[in-house]
Amino acid sequence: MSDNQQEYKRPAQPPARRGGPGGFGGGGMMLPPEKAKDFKKTLRRLVGYLRPKQTQLLVVLITAILSTVFSILSPKLMGKATTKLFEGVFSRMKGVPGASIDFGYINEILLILAGLYLLSALFGYVQQYVMAGVAQSIVFNMREEINGKLERLPLKYFDSRTHGEILSRATNDVDNISTTLQQSLTQLITSVITIIGVIVMMLTISPWLTLITIITLPLSFIAIMGITKRSQTYFVGQQKSLGQLNGHVEEMYTGHRIVKAFGQERESLKEFDRINEQLYDSGWRAQFMSGIIMPLMMFIGNLGYVLVCVVGGIFVTKKMIEVGDIQAFIQYSRQFMMPITQTANIANIIQSTIASAERVFELLDEEEEVPETSAALAGKTGPEEGAVEFRHVRFGYKEDAILIEDMNIKVKPGQTIAIVGPTGAGKTTLINLLMRFYELNGGEILIGGVDITDMKRSELRARFGMVLQDTWLFNGTIRDNIAYGREGATEADVVRAARAAHADHFIRTLPMGYDTVLNEEASNISQGQKQLLTIARAILADPSILILDEATSSVDTRTEVQIQTAMNTLMRGRTSFVIAHRLSTIRDADLILVMNHGTVIEQGSHEELLAQGGFYADLYNSQFSDGELSDAV
Amino acid sequence: MIKLFKQLKPFSLPIAVILLLVFLQSMGDLYLPTLMSDIVDKGIVQQDQDFIWKIGGFMLLVAGGGALCSVVASFLSAKVAMGFGRNTRSRVFSHVENFTLTEFDQLGTASLITRTTNDITQVQTVLMMLLRMMVGAPMMMIGGIIMAVSENAKLSLVFVVVIPVLALAISYVGLKGLPLFKANQLKLDKLNLVLREHLVGIRVIRSFNRIQHEQKRFSAANRDLTDTAIKVNKIMALLMPMMMFVMNFSMLGILYFGGMRIDSGELQVGSLMAFIQYAMQIMFSLIMVSMMFVLIPRASASAIRINEVLDMVPEITDPEVKTTLADQSALHGCVEFKNVSFSYPGAEQPALSNISFSARPGEVTAIIGGTGSGKSTLLSLIPRFYDVVEGEVLVNGVDVRMLTQEELRAKTGYVPQKAVLFTGTVKENIRYGMKEATDEEVQHAAEVAQALEFVSEMKDGFDSEIAQGGGNVSGGQKQRLSIARALVRKPEIYLFDDSFSALDFKTDAKLRAALRGETLESTVLIVAQRVSTVMDADRIIVLEEGRIAGIGSHSELLAKSDVYREIVASQLSEEEIA
Repeated sequence: MSDNQQEYKRPAQPPARRGGPGGFGGGGMMLPPEKAKDFKKTLRRLVGYLRPKQTQLLVVLITAILSTVFSILSPKLMGKATTKLFEGVFSRMKGVPGASIDFGYINEILLILAGLYLLSALFGYVQQYVMAGVAQSIVFNMREEINGKLERLPLKYFDSRTHGEILSRATNDVDNISTTLQQSLTQLITSVITIIGVIVMMLTISPWLTLITIITLPLSFIAIMGITKRSQTYFVGQQKSLGQLNGHVEEMYTGHRIVKAFGQERESLKEFDRINEQLYDSGWRAQFMSGIIMPLMMFIGNLGYVLVCVVGGIFVTKKMIEVGDIQAFIQYSRQFMMPITQTANIANIIQSTIASAERVFELLDEEEEVPETSAALAGKTGPEEGAVEFRHVRFGYKEDAILIEDMNIKVKPGQTIAIVGPTGAGKTTLINLLMRFYELNGGEILIGGVDITDMKRSELRARFGMVLQDTWLFNGTIRDNIAYGREGATEADVVRAARAAHADHFIRTLPMGYDTVLNEEASNISQGQKQLLTIARAILADPSILILDEATSSVDTRTEVQIQTAMNTLMRGRTSFVIAHRLSTIRDADLILVMNHGTVIEQGSHEELLAQGGFYADLYNSQFSDGELSDAV
Repeated sequence: MIKLFKQLKPFSLPIAVILLLVFLQSMGDLYLPTLMSDIVDKGIVQQDQDFIWKIGGFMLLVAGGGALCSVVASFLSAKVAMGFGRNTRSRVFSHVENFTLTEFDQLGTASLITRTTNDITQVQTVLMMLLRMMVGAPMMMIGGIIMAVSENAKLSLVFVVVIPVLALAISYVGLKGLPLFKANQLKLDKLNLVLREHLVGIRVIRSFNRIQHEQKRFSAANRDLTDTAIKVNKIMALLMPMMMFVMNFSMLGILYFGGMRIDSGELQVGSLMAFIQYAMQIMFSLIMVSMMFVLIPRASASAIRINEVLDMVPEITDPEVKTTLADQSALHGCVEFKNVSFSYPGAEQPALSNISFSARPGEVTAIIGGTGSGKSTLLSLIPRFYDVVEGEVLVNGVDVRMLTQEELRAKTGYVPQKAVLFTGTVKENIRYGMKEATDEEVQHAAEVAQALEFVSEMKDGFDSEIAQGGGNVSGGQKQRLSIARALVRKPEIYLFDDSFSALDFKTDAKLRAALRGETLESTVLIVAQRVSTVMDADRIIVLEEGRIAGIGSHSELLAKSDVYREIVASQLSEEEIA
């Protein structure tokens, strides 16, 4: 189970999210969005998550509309003020007697405007504020749901995927959804309202000018589409080169010792420079392409500006519109361009969000563990608690690749079973079956005379204790790690278990004793010490059946002796399955299971197996080649 | 950050051009409202349509020129930013290639990888943003203020009030928000940690029935994260409305005061309209500038990390006066340690003290001892992964520090403890040892390394692809391939650093038997944990806490070394020793 444990965390991809609030075209967000397989279905399901928050969402919607509408109204009003100013000045210039600027009117408008702006800002704030709570609590529930789901998934799911993949669904994808809910959703609402509202307002001022402004629209769409299409190829190329480069760096750095030992520095540098040059090439093209979107949009915007000024100016001279209308139009056309660039963006964001949501839902829809039988025969077993029996067990990780065919084993309480075989021979398979991490394809396994499928998983597993080579300890104190073996263990229990595991001494030599906090990789204590802690944990759990891995590689001899004694203490009076590495254990075992290529190929006692002259005998003899031992002393 | 940007020197000309272009473009953008005010104040007032058309055409030219400037600027800045990224990456990578293991230990491999990849990309992106948008913002702001002042100095006083208010508002949100952003990231990491632990320990968790406990841990972390995220977003919710509010109110102010100026004849309506537009441009650039303060700290953290790498001086360098190895056939492949001591930097205890021995071609020297006894360290001194602190290591009678690293390493075939394979075919991986090796030689090496069987079973035999990190072959297979890689090199000195640990006893025995035939003329050094691996060596060195606790053959050591006997006893049961 340690196969997919990564040596270190891969450097995470830089989050490709949009810039800050306001959201204009940032750097690397022009990658073609991933497409969801079934957009509609996923969208509908995602909307389902929003339903319980209906009231708040309604508030968000209303405030968003109000806030936008108020901000749309204001340029027209402001234009009116400007017109009044102009009229006053104009008539005074013309020498109209008593002409003056109507400040009463203007001040009134300014006052109304102040009110509108205030309300617009207020509603804008309320909308964002409410949405923060809504978005985050939806995402909170989603994470909880995922975690709950992970608890119910069979191990098959975890073994067939890398941790990174599962983690990425639970964090990155959910994060993506969260950001979209927080920002893009409201942005979408306001953008649409702004576009509609601005068009309406412009039409009320002058249909002709509106037409002129809208003419620039298709122009900008064509420009954006054309550039995006072209730049996407470069972005894909850039991403590919970047991936290659990262891969090369990762490989060369992790294999630094080898690169040096074989004098391949120059080769590696040559390769690096090659990829780097490629990256530069597609990189600057991609950046340039996405970089000209802004100037182009600005140019098109300016084009509209000039048109509005010129045509508006002429209209004014023809008395078709007022001066203030020009000003209002200039403001509207500016307000207009922003949401249009944004919606193009948001469409992409929403697509990638739906793809994320789809991945999350995929996880939530995975097949769960076979449910427990309702009439669990709890506590029906008597003194025979440690008895284990395999009856005609048939099993394979895939239906069409059966590994174990008709396996029969009978183990009495307290017996020791040695499992022998080359590395990767499938010893974990046995653990998977015993603990019911995987379901059988046929036959049954009985513990204490009861079929394990008739037991509650928790009860079944409570009978087992595991001490494996890749120790699992978590980021917490040593005390908590040992106490993990049994809920509600007292301080005295913990110390007693540690003492029995010969771990008490080393724990007390640590500066913080039992309160020492193990760091993330638990690298602040040695491998052997970790193993002692897992033994203590198993002792505290007091199981009736044990699964032990004897391998103590990368442990110094003294610790190894300690671990051995601790294991012997632990095994006393318990049924033990031992993944054996030591001849003495193997020979003293009541039963030896010889495994190869994932299946049990021979079983019996040491003498029986030697007499058979099969795989075991071969293995046994090869361990001490050429009989050198006999003449060693 | 600034230090890193010194590397922009080769790009100083394009950068100067970018600045000029951006300046022109900003000026163009600012000139448009001025022209507009001409339309209003002259064209409309005097009902002069020709004038309006003329100015309109001129405006179009200005807009076009501005667009052209910014397209060219964008082209140049893409080239500059990416070129800078390329150069920095190349510099860092080639610098790291010269690192010895000491530097790798110091910074950590994972960290070095992130520094070479993500950190540089981060700086590159920020540079891009700087050149593309941020450079223009201050120019726009200053230009806007100049234009506004020249249009009407007194009305510009509005800015004296507004700009500080806006700056204050932005920095208030920034100051409150940034620490929360950081906390948010930490809590996200914490949630990831909980989940990662859950995934790694899933068998243990389930077997101890601690699902509920894990559930609680997760929920707590989740709740914590959500609370912070809500807080952050609620503060950020303030930003946009607040900025819009300030901006809009300043516009009202301009209208109000401007109206009074117009009344007194100091100002024309067109100018007022231009003025409002200047105000908008100034404030938008202020918002842009404020974003710079968010971007720069992020990039400067990356820049610091990159500089740390670049500032590190490799500990081991080639000698200035090259000593070439004379072809003394008598000393071919001889390895000798003379009173060697070594400590890792910063370590309290020496990792090796006073080690002396010599190994000759045709001999097998095995090194055994507990974890941390210094076995691997001893081996690492021969290809000069580390330099000795005292004493000397001689290869062919010459101190390794007098040789170039290339020449020294050409003599050695090193098989590491943790087998490392590279992306590529099986054949390419074996040929890594010697580029010129023929197919026969590759096949032979694989055969000796006991890899032929499983390689032939693979779909494409020797042309089968090895995934990154060797994910598609087992640990034992990886080890055998990395042994083949050393064998194909036909080196004078073989260094096996616990290279048989993932093999089962049978393969281990077969491999050692086959090796014996290959290494008749070479010096072989083997580090091992298993007694059975070292028993038949010509010389066994028993290490304990960095000192030689015994040296001799298996039987000699059994007789005289307590440490060796203890190791043997822990691995073999009584009968096998006797």
